[in-house]
This record gives sequence, C-alpha cells and structure tokens, in this order.
Amino acid sequence: AMDTDLSSQDRKDLDKFIKFFALKTVQVIVQARLGEKICTRSSSSPTGSDWFNLAIKDIPEVTHEAKKALAGQLPAVGRSMCVEISLKTSEGDSMELEIWCLEMNEKCDKEIKVSYTVYNRLSLLLKSLLAITRVTPAYRLSRKQGHEYVILYRIYFGEVQLSGLGEGFQTVRVGTVGTPVGTITLSCAYRINLAFMSTRQFERTPPIMGIIIDHFVDRPYPSSSPMHPCNYRAGEDNGAVYPSVEDSQEVCTTSFSTSPPSQCVFTVTKAHFQTPPPVVTDTLKVPVMGLAFSHQLSSSRLSYQPAALGVGSADMGYPVLFAGGLNAAHPHQLIGPGKEGGVPPVPSQPAHGTQADQERMCTPLDGVHYSAATPSSSEDTETVSNSSEGKCGSPHDLLETIFNRKVGAFVNKPINQVTMANLDIPFAMFAPKNVELEDNDPMVNPPESPETESPLQGSLHSEGSSGSSTGNTHDDFVMIDFKPAFSKDDILPMDLGTFYREFQNPPQLSSLSIDIGAQSMAEDLDSLPEKLAVHEKNVKEFDAFVETLQ
Amino acid sequence: PPSTRCCAPSSAGPAMNCRAEVLEVSVEGRQVEEAVLAVLHTILLHRSTGKFHYKKEGTYSIGTVGTQDVDCDFIDFAYVRVSSEELDRALRKAVGEFKDALRGSGSDGMGQISLEFYQKKKSRWPFSDECIPWELWTIKVNVVNLANEQERQICREKVGEKLCEKIINIVEVMNRHEYLPKMPTQSEVDNVFDTSLKDVQPYLYKISYQITDSLGTSVTTTMRRLIKDTLAL
Repeated sequence: AMDTDLSSQDRKDLDKFIKFFALKTVQVIVQARLGEKICTRSSSSPTGSDWFNLAIKDIPEVTHEAKKALAGQLPAVGRSMCVEISLKTSEGDSMELEIWCLEMNEKCDKEIKVSYTVYNRLSLLLKSLLAITRVTPAYRLSRKQGHEYVILYRIYFGEVQLSGLGEGFQTVRVGTVGTPVGTITLSCAYRINLAFMSTRQFERTPPIMGIIIDHFVDRPYPSSSPMHPCNYRAGEDNGAVYPSVEDSQEVCTTSFSTSPPSQCVFTVTKAHFQTPPPVVTDTLKVPVMGLAFSHQLSSSRLSYQPAALGVGSADMGYPVLFAGGLNAAHPHQLIGPGKEGGVPPVPSQPAHGTQADQERMCTPLDGVHYSAATPSSSEDTETVSNSSEGKCGSPHDLLETIFNRKVGAFVNKPINQVTMANLDIPFAMFAPKNVELEDNDPMVNPPESPETESPLQGSLHSEGSSGSSTGNTHDDFVMIDFKPAFSKDDILPMDLGTFYREFQNPPQLSSLSIDIGAQSMAEDLDSLPEKLAVHEKNVKEFDAFVETLQ
Repeated sequence: PPSTRCCAPSSAGPAMNCRAEVLEVSVEGRQVEEAVLAVLHTILLHRSTGKFHYKKEGTYSIGTVGTQDVDCDFIDFAYVRVSSEELDRALRKAVGEFKDALRGSGSDGMGQISLEFYQKKKSRWPFSDECIPWELWTIKVNVVNLANEQERQICREKVGEKLCEKIINIVEVMNRHEYLPKMPTQSEVDNVFDTSLKDVQPYLYKISYQITDSLGTSVTTTMRRLIKDTLAL
C-alpha cells in the first residue's frame, strides 16, 4: 500500500519549493514595477541557481524585505504573503494600486508528485505571473513613473487587506498549484478607480532626488512594514549593504530522471557544488564582510540609492522614499551573510519520473469554443480536404463544424430527419442519409481511407467501445471515458461523444466524385456558347485593356 | 524546407484529446503583426522549457529560460516573451506571411492563424510518422480600416485593453493543468519537443493560417513547418 503521507524528503523539498517560489514571486512583481523593461538571458546549460528553470534576477533588497516579512514562515491557510503596489505623487498623495496575494488553501492533492509535477507547475505559474504583471493597469503607470509620481512596494504577511483599493476593484487570478499540503493560489486585486489621477494637473517637476521623509499619518496599519520605492538610483558603494542572499547559496539543481514507461523510478541525488553561484545582480560593489562582489547586470538599469543620507531615527517607523530600501528602524545595519554559518547547505534535486506527468486527461470539449458562426462552412471543408498539402487536418475545424451544426440542426428536428446532406460537415454528400447508430454504419467503421490524412481521424478511431485501454505500446495516450461536458442532448438519443466518434471518419468529398463533377461540367459546357457571344461583343474593350498592359 | 507530410492514418489507437482555444481580435492593419506576436509569444512562453541535457542513468537536467519585455509600437501594450532570437525570428516569419496574405487582394481583412502543438508517433515503414495534436490555438483576426487620427488613437488603447484580456484568457487556460505530453526519454525527446533551437525548447508546434476572401470562401494557405523534423514518405 502506498503511503499517502508525505515523506520527510518530499516535505522538505516542498517547503523549499514554496519558500523560493514566494521569493521569486516577489522579485517578479517588484521588477515589473521598476518602470523599465526587464531582460534576462536563456542559458542552455543550467547554472544551478535558477530556480524553476527561469532566469529571474534577485534584487537583494527585495529578497531581504520578503524574508523579513515572512520571518521564516511559509504561506499557509490564513497566512498569505502580500505584495502591495502603490503610487505616490510628488505632492505627497498616495494611493494603493494593487495587492498581489500568494495564498494557501486547504484543498490538498495527495497524489501529486512533489519533486516533479509541483515543481514544473510552480515554474509555469511564475511564467504566468510574468505575463500577468504586464497587463494590469499599474504596469503602464509604472513605466511612466519618475517625474510626477513613483511606485512603491510593500510586503506583508498575514491577512490580506484589500480595503485600500477603493470601490469596485477587480481581481485577476494568475493561477493555482495543488500540493499535498494545500493549494497555492496567486492572484492580484487591482484598483480601477483612478479618478484622482486624471483630474490632477501635473506639472513637470524634476526627478525627486535625495531623501523625502514621509509620514503616512492616516496609515491604518501602524505595524505595517516600510514601503520601498520600486526604482533605485545609482549610488556610491557606502550605501545600503545587503548580504548576498544567504539562501541563494542554496541552489536549486535541476536534474530530472526519466524512466522507461514501464517503471516509475524516483531518484534523488545530491549535487556537489564547487563554485558558488552568481548572486548579486546589480552594478554596485556590495561589500559583504570584507568580500566584494561586483556583477554586471546584463539589462535593466537597476541601481541603488545609498542610504547614507541621514535617515531618521528609530521612532520614524514609516516609509522613507529613495533611501535604497533601508530598514527604517535600523539604518546602516550591516547584515552578515550566511546566518547558517556560511556553509551552503547541499541542495537536493527535484527528481522526476516520466509517469508523473500523466495527470488527468481532458476531454476534447473542455475549452472548445462553440463559436456562433464560422465565416463559412466551406472554409472548413477546404481545410479538411486539403490534405494533399500534407497539412495535418485541423481537428479544431472539424470540431467547429460539428458544433455549429449541433446548435442549429438538432434543436427541432427529430433524429431521422437529420440528413447528412443538411449538415455543414465535410463529405456530407457521401454520408448515409439517416443517422444510424449500428456498427455497420460506415461512419463508425470506415473503410480504408488513404486520402485523408487527418491525424485526429487516425488517432481517435477506436476499435472497441470507449473507455477501453490499449496496450502498453501506446503509453503516450491514455484512453479516457469519453464524457464531454454538456453533452447530454435530450433531443437526440445519443450523446455528443458517440456522435463525434461516428462522424470523425468522413468519406470522400463529394465534389471529387466523378458523377457530380461530370454533372457540373456538363452544365458549364452548355453555357459556353452564350458566354463566348458576350465576349465577342465586347472584344474592343478587351483589346483596349490588353493595350494598357503592354 | 522539408515536406510537412507527416500524418498517416492508423488503424487503431487510443483516443487523443486535442483541446482547442479560439481568440478573436479586431485590429488595424498595422497592428496585426504585433497583436498576433503578443499572443503567440505568450502561449510559447508557457509551452517552452529550457534545453534538456540527458545524462547517464536516465537523468536529465533542464536549462534556463530567460524572458524579456517587448513594447508594441502601434498598440498601447507590452508583453513578455522567451529570450530566444531563433524563436522570435521563426514567429515573425510566420506572422509576416500571414499579414501579407491578409493584405493581399481578394481578402476582406479576415483570417485566422493557428498555433498547434503536436506529438510525433513513429510508424513503421511504409507509413510516415503521425502528428498528433494535443493543443490548438486559433487567433481570428479582423482587420478594420480607420478614418482619422483620433480613431487610430482610440484604437491603440482599445486594442491594448483587448490584448490584456487575451493574455488573461491564455493564462487561465494554462492554469487548468490539463494534458501535457509525458516527459520523454532521450530517444523520444524529438517526438515531443523541438530540440533544434539552441537556447530554449518549445513543445513541437506548427503554425498555419487561412484567409477569408471577399466571397466568403477560404483560400487556404498552409505554412510549411518552420523547423525541420518531419520524415517524408
């Protein structure tokens, strides 16, 4: 019997994944609000420090703030990690724009493979986050920041607070990943009421330099963590000192194992690293305990505003603009690296097995759009019949035509009136006049049809009833019970799945058949003398036209 | 380029589900390329991994995927794409052909471009390999003509907002965590992934398009597959 509880190694891995996922989430969000285009390079050889196989830089200050907020905990039910993005004008008005929430709910997926599926899905979720951070309204605002306003971020951990977003805020879900200990959810609530922005008349002020000490008098949450600007200025190197993030030495190695389909082997191997991974990602020399790292940023011009500009005392518990993200309560604090003693812990690699990817299969109708009308059904006919081009017949077109027909054809007609000729599917002329459900129906057991090359036709045709599984030679594709959504139709005594299977192997296009072709040809020939007479009448015009071409 | 003839009927096989998604956009002529590229790149961002490096004992490591922001010139919009010049070039080539076809005579500005992800299944001689699609994205494009600069400005913003919605739709689909091909062994990797690029590894895909001409019939143009990995009979 399989142990359904998480093994301790899996648990450790999962906690690590969640932790680094949270840190990377914060990096993606803050970097997307810096006001500059982000660019990182792909690398075909894994460097060992790119979590989730994505090149996401780590701004040390941001990681530091995130860790401070998390204080060693992980997102759990009721304890969410939130990144608040707000806007502050040069006059001092401020407004919350977005709250990004990383939450955990209780819905567990005990079956999922931690080191494989969860890891890959977290990677996918980060990609989605990259995409979504560019489509909320705050992105465009952040790209224009600098003169009239700046964008700030704040990280907190605990209960989500959305009241600062004004009325009617909208929510967009970035995605979810199920794990054995709960489901991770990432979403964004964003303000849509930007009224005060549009009515203000902004003057062109020079970029805000130096320190602006700010008291948010009306701040409802006195214990809130400090706000930080999303963009930084270049500075000298006696500035805010942040450690090379000690955990970045905890690299993630991405080594996966495949296994032949018949086995399911999970291997976890330890990696040994000789060289420390690259960590700091800005152009500053950041002195850390005497060691100086200097790294080139390949792209975005991130830089630091030094903190050595007279930041106030500890009783100022509120945000400090442009102070390089100082911890307001403890300015100039030099934090050493490696709280864990400076020895990089040996990371464990996520191990992957090939079986793990076989999650539930979708039916073809999940997510298929029943579009009201395609431009014309003949368009679909053309597509499917154009197999001589070698194009894999688009199953989508086939699906679409069938569904188009379903909307119109089945509504009022009893089954025996539905003739194939009425239907907008290809090869309708050649189909049996009455829809039959017996096995001797040529649609269900088609003869050899060497001309059509639709892969869907080939692969969907099943020998027996649905639901039967095939042998191990077709391990890539698993037979499923064909239960399309919304498929029960009271008017027709068969369900959509059966119908679909029946009509997926259409016979030859009627216009290719000789009889019908000959018919229309005869008609054409008959009308020729007439046409010739008309052309002869207009011969002068045609000649004139030809002249112009020469 | 090699022939795309890659499909053969098989007499028996398990049911294969190909999910299909349709997105529609109405754009000005000069916005076609950027709008379609934004959608294609967003999809491929989610459907590309780092390069696999197989080692002994059946283990493999995965390379790193970089990303970059792209600003549109004719649309108030920005999107993220995978940092791969090869992939970008391939998509631009396909989209360029689509745009030219849309502009061609006889077209009333309607057409659709499809991005299909498929797996290859080897067949025995004399049959050629099968291409089994598992995900199909269709972008329906409707080109509008605008009369003046003011309308154009509004169009810039509107199309930008629409594209934001499309990105959200795409992400929704991706988040469903539906069927993805099994991670392949080294011998199978070319049946699942396109391994010809040097820095990233998208799932095997092909792009095709069709244009609706003014008579309402379609002029089907099939794009030859951009990356060569098919076997011809």
